[in-house]
Order: sequence, then structure tokens, then C-alpha cells
Amino acid sequence: MSDVTDPRESGWRVVRRGLALSPEVKEGLGVTLLLAVLSTIGGTAVPVVVQRAIDSGLGDGGSTDVESLSRWLLVAVAMILLTAVVAYVMRVRLFVASERGLTTLRVTAFRHVHDLSMLTQNAERRGVLVSRVTSDIDQVSLFLQFTGIMLVLSLGQIVVATVVMAFYSWQLTLVVLAAFVPLFVSLRWFAGRLSRAYDTVRRTVGEMLAVIAEPVVGASVVRAHAIETRTQRRVDEGIDRNLRANVRAQSLVAFTFAAAGLSGGLAIAGSVAVGVWLGVADQLSMGTVIAFAFLVGLVVGPAQNATQVLTEAQNAIASWRRVIELLDTPADVVDPARPVALPDGVLGARFDHLTFAYPGGPDVLTDVDVTIEPRQRVAVVGETGSGKTTFAKLLTRLVDPREGRVLLGGVDLRDVAFADLRRHVLMVPQEGFLFDATLRENLRYGRDGATDAELLDVVSRLGLDDWFAALPAGLDTAVGQRGESLSAGERQLVALLRSALADPDLLVLDEATSAVDPRTELRTTRALERLLDGRTSVTIAHRLTTAENADRVLVFDAGRLVEDGTHAELVAAGGTYARLHASWVAQSQLGVAAP
Amino acid sequence: MSDSSSSPPQPADELFVASDRVMARGARLLGDGIVRQKALFTVSVVCSVLFGAMTVADAWVLGWATDHVIRPSFARGEVLTGALWTSIWLFLGVAVLRAIGIVGRRLVGGIVYYRLVAGHRRLVTRRYLALPMSWHHRHPTGQLLSNANADVEAAWAVFMPLPMAVGVVAMLVAAVVAMLLADVVLTLVGLVVFPALFGINVFYQRWLSPKAALAQSLRGDVSAVAHESFDGALVVKSLGREADETERFRRHAEALRDANIAAGRIRSVFDPLLEMLPNLAVLAVVLIGIGRVRSGAAEPGDVVQVAYLFTVVAFPVRAIGWVLGELPRSVVGWDRVQGVLGATGEMPYGPRDARADGAADLRLEGVRFSYDGSTEVLRGVDLHVAPGRVAAVVGATGAGKSTLTTLLSRLLDPTDGRVLLDGTDVRELTHDSLAQAVAVVPQGSFVFDDTVRENVTLGADVDDDAVWEALRTVQADRFVAELPAGLDTQLGERGTTLSGGQRQRLVLARALVRRPRLLVLDDATSALDPDVERRILLALAERTAQGDGPTVVVVAYRKATIALADEVVFLADGAIAAQGTHPELLERSEDYRRLVDAYDQAREAAG
Repeated sequence: MSDVTDPRESGWRVVRRGLALSPEVKEGLGVTLLLAVLSTIGGTAVPVVVQRAIDSGLGDGGSTDVESLSRWLLVAVAMILLTAVVAYVMRVRLFVASERGLTTLRVTAFRHVHDLSMLTQNAERRGVLVSRVTSDIDQVSLFLQFTGIMLVLSLGQIVVATVVMAFYSWQLTLVVLAAFVPLFVSLRWFAGRLSRAYDTVRRTVGEMLAVIAEPVVGASVVRAHAIETRTQRRVDEGIDRNLRANVRAQSLVAFTFAAAGLSGGLAIAGSVAVGVWLGVADQLSMGTVIAFAFLVGLVVGPAQNATQVLTEAQNAIASWRRVIELLDTPADVVDPARPVALPDGVLGARFDHLTFAYPGGPDVLTDVDVTIEPRQRVAVVGETGSGKTTFAKLLTRLVDPREGRVLLGGVDLRDVAFADLRRHVLMVPQEGFLFDATLRENLRYGRDGATDAELLDVVSRLGLDDWFAALPAGLDTAVGQRGESLSAGERQLVALLRSALADPDLLVLDEATSAVDPRTELRTTRALERLLDGRTSVTIAHRLTTAENADRVLVFDAGRLVEDGTHAELVAAGGTYARLHASWVAQSQLGVAAP
Repeated sequence: MSDSSSSPPQPADELFVASDRVMARGARLLGDGIVRQKALFTVSVVCSVLFGAMTVADAWVLGWATDHVIRPSFARGEVLTGALWTSIWLFLGVAVLRAIGIVGRRLVGGIVYYRLVAGHRRLVTRRYLALPMSWHHRHPTGQLLSNANADVEAAWAVFMPLPMAVGVVAMLVAAVVAMLLADVVLTLVGLVVFPALFGINVFYQRWLSPKAALAQSLRGDVSAVAHESFDGALVVKSLGREADETERFRRHAEALRDANIAAGRIRSVFDPLLEMLPNLAVLAVVLIGIGRVRSGAAEPGDVVQVAYLFTVVAFPVRAIGWVLGELPRSVVGWDRVQGVLGATGEMPYGPRDARADGAADLRLEGVRFSYDGSTEVLRGVDLHVAPGRVAAVVGATGAGKSTLTTLLSRLLDPTDGRVLLDGTDVRELTHDSLAQAVAVVPQGSFVFDDTVRENVTLGADVDDDAVWEALRTVQADRFVAELPAGLDTQLGERGTTLSGGQRQRLVLARALVRRPRLLVLDDATSALDPDVERRILLALAERTAQGDGPTVVVVAYRKATIALADEVVFLADGAIAAQGTHPELLERSEDYRRLVDAYDQAREAAG
């Protein structure tokens, strides 16, 4: 967040932009705010009645005008009841409008996150993106429903009370305002200090959470290395730093709160003194002097909360700004306005002199020009950082090329509607990611509304009947969070089943690197074999066998396609692939000493 | 997509615990907190009572000033200077004392709360460090983190409004006394209005809290859906499920919206009502007061005082409602925290020191292990690994490989049988001595929020040369040297992010730098390139050959890893099915051959 602009001004801009993004909030907001200001009027009926009562009956020497007083009382009762109803209506309107508007904003932001390639490129940022659609929006809702409206009500109350005061006596009004001047002057200073204090609190909370996680997440490490004392010391330090930061913020809140109370005392003392003096000079009635004490009471409350309201408003606006910034981040890969339909049948792909770089980074792929024929089985190999993963991302349009084109069945991917593309091309990531639901529901991610018969049919087709039969509850098996009730290998099997249900023409596979139990490995290989049958496939290969069995091997090195041919051809050529292959063989040969 | 998304949201049941139980548990919770922070809590309550008394005094001073300054001055047409000064000093004095009360109440009361929270965080994390791994295994990570954080905060949250609520009770008593002194009839208004204010607060909390609890649990659902959906972004995107995911999120977001609106409607009634009531009370006081003054039963100042009391007392009364509203939530948090604090079963360590140098001799005798007391994961394992040997543990998933490794460093103890290190039962060794002798590199690589150096040494007294040497052995010296600050580079959430392979190498270096006598690798190299893994294991084997390396037990999947071992232990269904060199086992055991050849079979299947 840049603080180059005046934060107050940019704060207003954030609120305006935010409201524009949540039309439900904006609609009728004027009426709601008007009702809010009206609802502060009821309170002023009390000082007025007190003044009338004292000047017309309660005080000394005045002739008791009961009739006029009861009229005033009736009007006051009516006003108080009416403003209570107005306040109720205002709050309901506010709750309904803000909740509706923020839900729209929440859903819009969620959808937008899915459109950002950041989500698939940068796993570390995911937690942050979650907080954009959860806690940040909750902050805004707290602001609109509590802090923000409190600000409006406070200002309204101060203004209305001041108007009533001025109506009674400009001199006493000045006295009261003078008593509050030091407070309001120091308000910004206090708010600044407080906001910094809360920043420190937030920072120490983050640090504390990180060290508290150590004895939990790293329990076995702590135990195995006998570093309990050291860990406890780190945890204690984190807790203490957070404690100190909280106490400091709390002390600022306490002092600003008390300062407003002091100002109130000063205002009442001053208005009584000056009021008596003016009253003796026949410039004021006795009721007015006492009414002022009640009017000051109307100002003290809002003044007490002012610092906290301002601080919370700043936090909320910062949250709002973050959500807006997220929505302002353009989706880098967009659905075409006028899509071209993909031809029917199994498709081939073509990279047409393609160059790719991440924004601000060096070229990851340089001038890649290659054609993949329909039903061809292609293995992509290369060292980490050679560009082979990016190659796969381009083929599935997770990113767009900087120069050149990716063509599918002769159509530029950028002209293909997402829906059309996803029907034809499917990427199977390394890790089989599952959702916390039953196996059935996870499989249906591949084909919406697939019947149980269809699901079981796919299980058979991929030769996984024996595995399926061993599951505790068949299709109703709950896979747990991220599929953790299944082993890594089994998750991969589910991912393959899901892909088979999606029935794409072109499969892009990222082979898993981590070793799984050989028996599952065998199952996976067989299932994969059946899945690839009759489809075009591009596999980022980490295993020798995958490359050996492919129709064609593409070898990447430092962002360039350096070799292209069959396994046998490339081994014979004695280049990069031959070297890579030799080291692979060396490893597996080590173990093949027996028959 | 999940079942929970289509069924109506369920309220958090535990928030509806029977209210008498809440009161009983709540009383114990309050008592516990008060005892823990006796002195400061007393100060905050005294300050709060001072605040309450001064609030009432404020009204009394206004009444006094009305009768002794304002009325006489107006009546005589001259300012009663002496009395005026007295009233000014009274106003200011009361304001100052009241301000002191506010600072004390809010600041000291806040300190009480923050100290209680910090104190319990320390207690809970101490339990985490003391409780055995078997206890940790039984409790999900997320739950333990929330016990130490959200639950501890919830448990003591009631202490935030508590001092004020106590002060308010004192204030109400003082207010009624002040009213009685002023005028008995006017007091009646107070006796109607104060209980009404109290009742509205209680009723409001009762009415609101289930709705607020529902909204809270729905908020959790929304967050869970967002987490899951973003984590699975690649699947969502490649299957083109963005619209369906958005629809799923929308359903949860709208359920939260409706719950928030429902709670909001209740809140909308409450605030205007609480504002209205004291205002009407003032009008009633004025109406009745006129009669009282005319009949000579009360002075105008009395009426002003009582009227003013209502305006200043109304807002603080809410503190009682805050305490009542917070209490059920606090009890739930407190119960959860007590669950951790009450857990027992620390692992006791013995008094003996292990031998200081040379590779260890490892022996397992009749080792059995069960996580739940019924299904045995290990069923009588007898094993001997001679000093300086490298033993590979091979077996299918669920054969008990990982469990076996956790017994060696006593992350768990066998249910039956013994683990002997150089002939000494590991249960007889001191914790430090055991940790010194045995280094386990577990599956998954935990990196601390600290520098590279600290992540390797973990506070052990090792110089940088030794750190670099360990890093070199695991082929991590190059990438560490390239980090922005080398060994001083901060890692973790707010530091540099390492790749899985880099993390794993760092964790290996952490084990090596301590020069353990027994090194246990539980699938610790799976995230490494096979080539890197091989080089690391060769370097280790070389050191062992020179008599400088540890005895090694390695859980292995890859043939290359297995081939580097001096001997292979083939585990099947919790028992050793065969033991010997790799070629021997290939010859002797059909099952072993089938298992390790699975890759080759896979190749044939593919070909």
C-alpha cells in the first residue's frame, strides 16, 4: 500500500470505489444516512424539556404553566419514540444493504481470484488470497455496520447538540467547544499513535503464531533433537512481545477515553460558571444553564469513542483497499470475446515460434516451434528450470505466450472459449488434489452429474476394480481434507479416474516425483496406460520408462527445445538426452543385480 | 460440492450448553482468573467502582450546584462566588477521579486480560512440549493451534468487560442510594427502569447469542471453502470448474449473509431500545418531579440530579450484558484449554548417559507396537544392526516402516519389547543423551521461522565450519551460499521460501551436524532428485567406511537407495519377513522380488 497520497483523501476514494463495487450498499444509502442523522435528534428532546420544565415550573418564582409543559412533554415522548423507530429502520436497512453488497463483493472477488494466474503460479500467496475473501471483507462489514455508522451517528449527535446549544446561547456554546478543542486537536496525533500501536500488535501476533506452531507442527523435530527448552524460550519471547504490544495499545485507548471524560467535566464546570454569570446579567434563563449540562453529556460519548472509531476506520479502509486492489489486478488470461469453435475429433497441437517470460523476468521459453500430431504420445524432459513445466502450462492456457502462438486443431488458444478448451484439454497435476467430500463427489468434478454406473464403469476401464473393492465405503468413502484419508498414490489414482471421466482429447500430465509404494505405482502405471489410449498426450517425465515408452521425446534445456525425436534416436545422437538417460540408467541398474 | 454445502448449516452445538452448567463452569472460570491475577484484578475493580461512584457523584454535584449555586444566584441576581467556585472544583474533581477510574479500569483490566491470555499460552505450549508424540498423533494440528490461540483468547475474553460490569453493579447501588436521598418517589422510576435495562440486556444476549454463534460457524465454513478451492486451483482450472466453485462459494457466502442479517435485525432493536428507555425515564422524572417540587417534597436540584443520573448511567449498564454474552463462549474456550492442561502421560527419561563416540550398535528385541491398543502395527520385531552398517527397511505401505523408525529415537515407545542402543534400553537414557546419539530425519521437512544457521544447529554449540560441512554433505552448500544473506538468511513465513528438495536437504544437514551415532532416515529423501539422493547416501557411506560415520537405518523405496545398503530388512504386516543383502533377498523371497520389481513390472505393462 503506497502512502504517497494523502491517506484521508485516498480513504475517501477507497470508500467511493468500494461502494461502486457493491451497488446494494450504495442504493438507498442517502436515505439511510438521513435516517441516521434524524435518529440523533430524539436525544436532544431531553435537555429541551429539562430547560422548559425548570423555566416554567420547577424553578423558583416562575409561574407554573403545566399546560404548556405537558405539551412539550408529549412532543418529547413522541419524538423519542419516533426516533427509536427511525433508528431501528435505519439499522435494519444498513444491515441488509451492507450484507447483500458485501456478499456480492465477496463472491466477485472469489471468482476473480480463480481467474488470476497468480493462484496457480504462486502457492505461497494462497493464504493471502483467502483472507481477501474472508477476513478483509469481514473487516469492511464491521466498519459499515458498527464503526462507520457510529462515526455518522457521533458526528450527527455532535452537530445536532451543537445546533441546539447555539440556539440557546452562543456564549455557552463557545465555552463547551473550547473545552473540547484540546481533545479534537490531539485526536489525529492520538489516532496516529494508536494505529502504529495496533500495527505492532498485528505484527507480534503473526510472529507469535509462527513460534507457537513450532511445538505443534514440529513436535517430532523438537522431541528428536531434545530442544524443548530452546523452543519454550522462543515461544515465551513471542508471547511476551505480543503482551507488551497489547498493553501499550490498551494504554493509549484508556488515556484517550479518559481525556474525553475530562473534557466533559471541564465543559460542564465552564458552562455552569459562565451560565450563572450570564444568567445574573439576565442574558440566560436558569433552565438553559442546566440544559447545557445535559447537552454536554450528548457530546462526551461520541468524543470518547472518536479515537477508536478513527483507528478502526483506518483498518477497515485498508482492508477495503486490499480487496479493491485484488479486483483491479487484471486477469491475465481472458476468455475471448468472439470465440472460435474447436474442430471435432482428437486434436494435435502446435507451438508457433513461441517465447514466454513471466512479467519482469527473463525468458523462460525462447522461440519454441513444434507440432504435436493427434494421438501422439509425447514425453517432455529436462532439468529443473529448463522450461518444461511452462511448456505444459502454455498448452493448457494457464498462461499466455509473450510472442508467438499455441494452436490447437489449428485454432489459436486465445480464440478458444474456456469452456470449449476444458472439454478438449486436461492437465493432471503432480499431486492428486482432492476435495473434502466423498469419492463420488470428487469423481464428479470430472463429469458433472455422472451416474454411479458411469463412475464404476470408469473404475473398471482403468483396471482399478480390485483397488476400488478394498475401499471401506465404495463411492461413499470420505476422502478427508485434501484427500488425506487416502495415500498419495491413491489420490493420484482418483485424479486419473476424474480425468478419464472428463474424457479430454489432449492430456497434459505432470508426473509425480515423490516415490509411492511400488504396488500403487504399478496400478497407477496401468491405469495411466489405459487413460492415455487413443488420446494425444504430453507428459512432463521424471522417469526413464515414461520417456522410453513415448512416441516422441522433447528435450528442453535453458528454455530452448534442444532435441526432438524418439528415445532410440536421441540415445543414438549422443546429446543432452543421452547424458540424462545414462545417469538414469546408472541409478536403476544399481538395483538390478538379480535375475 | 461436499455434503455439508447442500444441507442446511448446523449451529455450533457446544454454544448451547445448558445455561446452569454455563453458570457453574463460568463461576469456576471467573474464580480461576481472579485468583491468578488477584492484585491487578482488585486494582481494576477498585478503579471501576471509583468510576461508578464518580458517575453518580457527577449527577449529585449537578443537583447540588442547582440548589446551592444556580438557583440562589438567579434568585438574588448576583453570583454566589464562593459556592460557584466550590461547584467548579467539585465538577473538576469528580471528572479527574472519574478519569482515573476509567484509565484504571480499562488499562489495568486490559492488562489482567492480556496477562491471563499470555500465561495460559505459556501453560498450553509447555504441555505440548511435555506430552508424548502418541498424544500429538491423536490430536489434529489445527485443533492444537486453535487451543493455544483462539481458545485461550475466548476463555479469558469475559475478563475484558468484567471489571466494568462489577463497577456498574456498584454504580447502580450508589445510584439507588443517591435517589433515595434525593426523593423516595423519584426513586421508584429508577426501580422500574434499572431492572428493565438489566432485563433487556439479559434477554438480548439470550436472543442474540445462538444467532451470533451460527454466523460464526458459517464464517468458518466460508473460509474453509475458500481455502480448499484455492488450494485445488489447478484442478479447478484444468477441469473448467470455476463457475461451479463460485456457485459453491456463493451458497456458503449467502448462508452467512442471511445469518448476519438475522443477527443484525436483533441488534437493530436493541440499540434504539436502550437509548430510548433512559430518555423516557428522564421525562417521567421531570413530570413526577414537578409535582414533588410543588408539594414541597423535593428541591428542584433533586429532580435535576435524578434526571441526570439516568442519562449517565444508561450506557455503562451494557457492560453487564457484555459479560453475560461473553460467558458461554468463554466457558467453551476454557473447557477446551483445560482439556490440554489436564492431559497427562509425559514420557519419562532415564538417568544414564549413552556412549559418547563411535557408530552405535542397534538391537530390537520382540518389539510390538499398537497405536490404538487393538491393531498391532509391529508384531514382534527382532533386529540387529551392527555399528557402522547401513540397513534399508523395505516394505509395502502399512507394513510398519515409519512406526519402526519412530521407536528408535523414542518418539514412541514399544507396547512390548525393547529397543537397545549399545546394549542399553533407550528408556534408561537421558533425553539429551538420546537426542545426541540418535538423529531421526522424518517424512516431511519442518523448517523453523529462523535463520539457516539456527535451522541447522537448533541452538547446539556448533561452529560455522561444521555447519558448512554438513551442508556440503547433503549438497546444500551451493544454494545456501547463493541465498541473500547466506547462513544468516531468514527462512519461514516471513523469510525466504525454499523448495521441497532444499528444505529436505536442510533437515538432513540438521541431523548430520550433530554427528549422531545412529542416523534414521524415514523416507527423508523422496523430494530429492534420485541423483542427488544417491550422492548424499554415497557421501555418508564413505564416511562410515572411514570409521567416521553413523550406523544408518533408512526407509527406502528406490532400488538405487536399497542397493547402497549393507543389508535389507523386509517388513511385511508388522514383522520381518526376510533379512539379508539385496541380492540374497531377491533370490530368497518371492514377495520381496515382487515388491521391488514393481517398477519393472510397471515398465513391462507400459511397454
